[in-house]
Amino acid sequence: MTTADVSGDALSSSVEVSLRVNGVDHSLRLDPRVTLLDALRDYLGLTGTKMGCDRGECGACTVLIDGRRVNSCLTFAFMQQGHEITTIEGLASDDELHSVQAAFIECDAFQCGYCTPGQIMSAVALLNEGHTTSTDEIREWMSGNICRCGAYPNIVQAIEQVARSTAS
Amino acid sequence: MKTFNYARVRSVDSALAEAAKPGATFLAGGTELANWMKDGIASPTELIDINELSLSEILVHAHGVRLGALSRMSDVAAHPALRSAYPVLCEALELGASPQIRNMGTIAGNLLQRTRCPYFRETSYPCNKRHPGAGCAALSGEHRMHAIFGASDSCIAVHPSDLAVALFALDAVVHSRGPRGERVIPIADLYTPPGHTPDRETDLDHGELILGVVIPAAPFAAQSHYFKVRERQSYEFALVSVAASLELEEPSQTVRSARVVLGGVAYKPWRVRAAEEALLDKPLTDSTIAAAGAAAIQGAQPLRDNAIKVPVAECAVVRALTTIGERAS
Repeated sequence: MTTADVSGDALSSSVEVSLRVNGVDHSLRLDPRVTLLDALRDYLGLTGTKMGCDRGECGACTVLIDGRRVNSCLTFAFMQQGHEITTIEGLASDDELHSVQAAFIECDAFQCGYCTPGQIMSAVALLNEGHTTSTDEIREWMSGNICRCGAYPNIVQAIEQVARSTAS
Repeated sequence: MKTFNYARVRSVDSALAEAAKPGATFLAGGTELANWMKDGIASPTELIDINELSLSEILVHAHGVRLGALSRMSDVAAHPALRSAYPVLCEALELGASPQIRNMGTIAGNLLQRTRCPYFRETSYPCNKRHPGAGCAALSGEHRMHAIFGASDSCIAVHPSDLAVALFALDAVVHSRGPRGERVIPIADLYTPPGHTPDRETDLDHGELILGVVIPAAPFAAQSHYFKVRERQSYEFALVSVAASLELEEPSQTVRSARVVLGGVAYKPWRVRAAEEALLDKPLTDSTIAAAGAAAIQGAQPLRDNAIKVPVAECAVVRALTTIGERAS
């Protein structure tokens, strides 16, 4: 699926791309058509970041670039050289889950789990942005992440739980 | 996706030189361009990455605002001075796209979005924008979201930018540089009417680069509001939207100047001067507001399936103006 967009066409001349992901530097030779999402999954083996719509509509591919949440399907890998990329694999430290990961488990904030890495990355950014003054605000600022299982109430609950524990 | 060459440029001069090549296009946030390329709507052969140009400024001063072409939607929306002095601008930005896309999308790129008409986005349908002369599938197809003003027999698409609607209500201009040299383009003149050439959408030449947007410090800017009607609560394009800005004289709340602009109804933000005239030199009462709402929809030409937009536009104008009045009192 991920390579379908570049098949059926002679490969472009590849370009040198240096990516810093979860604190580790990687040097890759990539076709310029490779998105950041494809680079993470197919070239770096970081399959935690998911492909959903591949059009920026569902949020499953959300990662942080220099701490800001973005859709990795909508940016070419070559555009992200010199930036600090954080994926779901980069959140936990040693054996300890990130507080948002732990809260998602505690609140049962997923069913099939496919959208969950994107939801968690978006929630981490949302908490840093401070968009947690009300349930409505959380829902509005999570609107770029779709969950077709409909786990929204528990996702909001998990985010509220982390927001409360950080505030106290 | 077709293959392309990629160049990262570090000066406006080199960006313009690279972009003069046939098949070249600028790459900024990429959120629109990547999708056009995936969907086969656009197949540029040269991508000119302009993200390293020094065009990300957000300057707020006594005589107005300058937003660099590469300033990001989220940064502009969050700017404290803009939130208080130009509320319509920040509201429009935050009611558009998603937090992720707002972190990526640029101010200039937002203005250069292309229509969300499903027949334009899905390349198996005929579309005069993609293939001049091919026909318009929306004319007889699903056109609930399409134009009620300014359409032609060739194209009934609407422009999707919320930002452009707000900027029109602030008398903003676009600064650009290209084959015709440096230009200043009023925001409404950026978009060209579909007529028989809907494939041409803006007044920009091939290789012309938007440098930034300038908003004057107008007396109506601070009393402004963006009201957007969507078919779901968030992360959706406008069925209809309204950007309104009013200069109100205290204590009578008499309207001394006004801008009323509709979004989601035409190929460009649609300023409704009849609504503005209904407000001028009158106190902002319910009856004045109702008259402005009725005036706003004069001349609307709904299609078979989008007559709903006419009363929604009228109500949206009333809501937007009422909110401004409530905030001012």
